[in-house]
Amino acid sequence: MLDTARLNRLPAAPGVGFKPQHFAAIMEDAGPVRWLEVHAENYMGDGGRPLAQLRALAERFAISVHGVGLSIGGAQPLDKDHLARLAKLVGWLNPASFSEHLAWSSHGNTYLNDLLPLPYTNATLTRVAEHIDTVQSTLGRPMLLENPSSYLAFAESTWSEPEFLAELARRTGCGLLLDVNNVFISSVNLGFTPKGYLDAFPLSRVAEIHVGGHDHDADDHGAALLIDSHARPVAPPVWDLLADVLARTGPCPILVEWDNDVPDWPTLRDEACRAEHALQTGAVG
Amino acid sequence: MTAGTGNFANAVLHPDAALPAGLTDGNGQPAGRRFNVLRNNVASSLGEALRTGFPVITKLLGTENMKAIAAMYLRAHPPRSPVLSAFGTDLPEFLAGLPQLSHLGYLPDIARLELALRASYHAADAPALDPSRLTELSPQDLTEATLSFTPSLRLMRSRWPIHAIWLRNTQDDAPKPEAAPQDVLITRREFDPTPHLLPPGGADWIAAVSNGKSLGDALDIAKAAAPDFDPASTLAILLRGNALTSLTLKDQRP
Repeated sequence: MLDTARLNRLPAAPGVGFKPQHFAAIMEDAGPVRWLEVHAENYMGDGGRPLAQLRALAERFAISVHGVGLSIGGAQPLDKDHLARLAKLVGWLNPASFSEHLAWSSHGNTYLNDLLPLPYTNATLTRVAEHIDTVQSTLGRPMLLENPSSYLAFAESTWSEPEFLAELARRTGCGLLLDVNNVFISSVNLGFTPKGYLDAFPLSRVAEIHVGGHDHDADDHGAALLIDSHARPVAPPVWDLLADVLARTGPCPILVEWDNDVPDWPTLRDEACRAEHALQTGAVG
Repeated sequence: MTAGTGNFANAVLHPDAALPAGLTDGNGQPAGRRFNVLRNNVASSLGEALRTGFPVITKLLGTENMKAIAAMYLRAHPPRSPVLSAFGTDLPEFLAGLPQLSHLGYLPDIARLELALRASYHAADAPALDPSRLTELSPQDLTEATLSFTPSLRLMRSRWPIHAIWLRNTQDDAPKPEAAPQDVLITRREFDPTPHLLPPGGADWIAAVSNGKSLGDALDIAKAAAPDFDPASTLAILLRGNALTSLTLKDQRP
């Protein structure tokens, strides 16, 4: 087993994605939540409420800084200005963990605000590994890389996604963030089995797990198409998959993501309680 | 992959663009409308960011109109940075250039006011000046002193009644706006930016003080613009808003 303590300092307990409207309620009663995730790009201003809230939260909770805008999977070099903003945030906050996505979001100087897919080839492998090296050397710490949710595949891909992630982790020393909801979504959308994906996934490098809600749609042929909406409770098959994963990895930090149609705090806290139950029993009753 | 990424990015942003080649459903069939999930994610998340950043513009236009304008805007001026608190800075000029909105001449200035409120919200914090520093000075020293403002302070001058329009669309009991130029000072006492209506001459006085003029010289400039100007009410707005950070006496200046 890899020394995941080196990769992050998050507790093997439930965390949630922090929403500013929950600030007072979380400070009052966090339930089982022991750590919070914030999106890096929301805390790159010069001052005001966002930074004040983050400073206050960091006194009570372990913080995971989760980037959504580095475009690590992009074809072009990383944005130096953005990397500098990230280094500044990570520098003063000294979070328990920093993570980003196997995806791209910028082309030229246009930022598309979505986690877009890339083909898995030897060329993209080399480039993404260079980008991860750059991030890790700039931040002076190892990062975690998250598996994406997929709606389509590239005919030119020569690597499977779990093998691509395993090779990236081997080359760069980064840890992996396993989003169980994304595995389930991609398995339905691209027609593979979650078990096969997990069998090929380097679980020893997993330092954090995500769960979240998804929506249902269909493609041109009427095939089920799941949408990674983060707009509802975690679906039962995703809780089941989480239990399967925990049985293999042992206790792990688990984040509940709910980013759209954000509910009141007690509803999100209840989801965190289910994650805690999964951690304690390896199953969700 | 660079050219491929360019095609992909263009197709994500433009619904009428041809789909990139080589995309499948994972089982060898063409990806088809699956690509629209990505288009929808981009358009809806950026549209929502604009509506969140411009709530009064959204209310004035109506949500459906704002969605249509956002769809045009994000193709003309897509974000240049992953920090979306900076997204929308070109919206005032974009609105000014839309012929179908030319009868709503005040919209660009309302958009500028909302951008100024957002900039104030994210501006750096700074410790406020103790108000007794002002009251303990002799009239002569006060006249010769200069003041520094907090980074969250914003001044905006308009030929439209922007303060009245903003109030009317954010507070239930606000009166109907009447045509008049209005100057607005945004202060952020703690975390929430607040727009204040300035009296005639107030903006001239603030601008002069901001440029390093002594309080006496700034008063002369303001009175040239508005002979009846009395700085007391404007100074009170600044003090209540924790907007002053330092006071420098004449003999302390280099």
